[in-house]
Amino acid sequence: MKLRAIAVILYILFLMLPIYWLVIMSFKTTNEILGGFSPWPQVWTTASYRTIFTDPTWYSGYINSISYVTINTVISVVAALPAAYAFSRYRFVGDKHLFFWLFTNRMAPAAVFALPFLQLYYAIGLFDTHLGVALAHCLFNIPLAVWILEGFMSGVPKELDETAYVDGYSFPRFFATIFIPNIKAGIGVAAFFCFMFSWVEMLLSKTLTSVQAKPIAAVMTRTASTSGYELGLLAAAGVLTIIPGAIVIWFVRNYIAKGFALGRV
Amino acid sequence: MKTVNQHAWWFVVPVLLLVAFNALVPLMTVVNYSVQETFGNNVFFWSGLRWFEDVMTSPRFHAALGRQLLFTGLILLIEVPLGVAVALAMPRSGPWVSVCLVLMALPLLIPWNVVGAMWNIFALPDIGLLGYALNNWLGIDYNYTQNPLAAWFTIVLMDVWHWTSLVVLLAYAGLVSIPDAYYQAAKIDGAGPWAVFRYIQLPKMKRVLTIAVLLRFMDSFNIYTEVSVLTGGGPGNSTTLLSIDLVKIALGQFDLGRAAAMSLIYFLITLLVSWIFYTVMTRDEPE
Repeated sequence: MKLRAIAVILYILFLMLPIYWLVIMSFKTTNEILGGFSPWPQVWTTASYRTIFTDPTWYSGYINSISYVTINTVISVVAALPAAYAFSRYRFVGDKHLFFWLFTNRMAPAAVFALPFLQLYYAIGLFDTHLGVALAHCLFNIPLAVWILEGFMSGVPKELDETAYVDGYSFPRFFATIFIPNIKAGIGVAAFFCFMFSWVEMLLSKTLTSVQAKPIAAVMTRTASTSGYELGLLAAAGVLTIIPGAIVIWFVRNYIAKGFALGRV
Repeated sequence: MKTVNQHAWWFVVPVLLLVAFNALVPLMTVVNYSVQETFGNNVFFWSGLRWFEDVMTSPRFHAALGRQLLFTGLILLIEVPLGVAVALAMPRSGPWVSVCLVLMALPLLIPWNVVGAMWNIFALPDIGLLGYALNNWLGIDYNYTQNPLAAWFTIVLMDVWHWTSLVVLLAYAGLVSIPDAYYQAAKIDGAGPWAVFRYIQLPKMKRVLTIAVLLRFMDSFNIYTEVSVLTGGGPGNSTTLLSIDLVKIALGQFDLGRAAAMSLIYFLITLLVSWIFYTVMTRDEPE
């Protein structure tokens, strides 16, 4: 029993070390970082964070990321709800092929699509907009949302639907007032995974934006290459990109494991 | 069980339109480039399958594919057993479960280029914790910007750090779904820990592990951002994986025909291997 606890603690320690290094670096001055090795800051400074919160090029990147991630999560879940219902309740021509085809899109290397995506979104005038990035991320988030929701919906007995029809509910009213409350947890899990994958994806969001919709993490690497080696700033921005994910995960902590277990491939 | 209802297609239309728009148009663009040749000025010539032959016979593609297979192989060999082991060691219930799960999920929620940047600094020999510790405390000569072996060690360690928790979460989800009665029955039969693992836990985890292996295969095979930020494919070409090579050809050399042909071959390999994994792992499952 003791041995198991030690193993888990060691694993978590291994996960925390790079994060620890990033956090303490964000409180160091750039001079101290470049000056040599020190396990914690000799002089604590919040200058890096102040710069980020006062300079619009920094904090607008933050707002951009949150905007397109939110739009994407809403689109993905709303579009996936009826589709997942169809897959979980009915059989129709080509249903299995369609389900598999949706999944092949999760397998496409983003690097393959980067350039054609740029041309496509440029042509339809969505280049450098929040909506553009949100739509592009639907490529891999919609299949995921359909998969998770379908799993949760299949866990709801079909009798529920039938009873509602006998009671005289119309389909939209049944779906909105009875069915959706029954799969609340599933919607939460699907939204969480959409949020997560849209938040961490960088190749497409970086390719599809230039100024107006640039994500925070892309601002970060650009700054790193143009204004020399501002390591303190870079670290502070990195820490700030971890926080939204940490908050969201705390809310769904009891469902994370379940979300995957209920899905099917 | 399910009723046949062709009208269900209407429910699928929004998803179909959104994904098809994103998938088919760019895919057609890629196919289009892959069979043409250009000398600039937006003038294109039909070139048949020349680009495909070119890519398939080029030593550069073989080298990148070899590195990619080695990387993905190492990742699967390390992350799957490690993830299962950690999941087995975790408590089944109690207040610590949530804390463990949240801490473990943290690396999954960091933007991929931040992961690369983080490890880039963490592993620097003079000012990074990992690099400093290896060089000065353990006396190992470690510099990932110059030594290919050190670079490989760093990208693999980074990926293990980044993604093992996904396997842990999945395996753990499979484990907690096993009813207590199974363990009691095993106890009565006098089964040791290995027998419990082999005949109860492993079969019950099979479905989630299939998902884990598939996801880890696809994502490690398509990895780009993290490695590109960490090593940029270097030193030399030692960590130039398929995606990195592809971006170099497409955006660096602007060799669109070759890049497009390579993209399609790449995509087909991913599809084929995923399909093989899926078929083999679900072979003896009743329909």
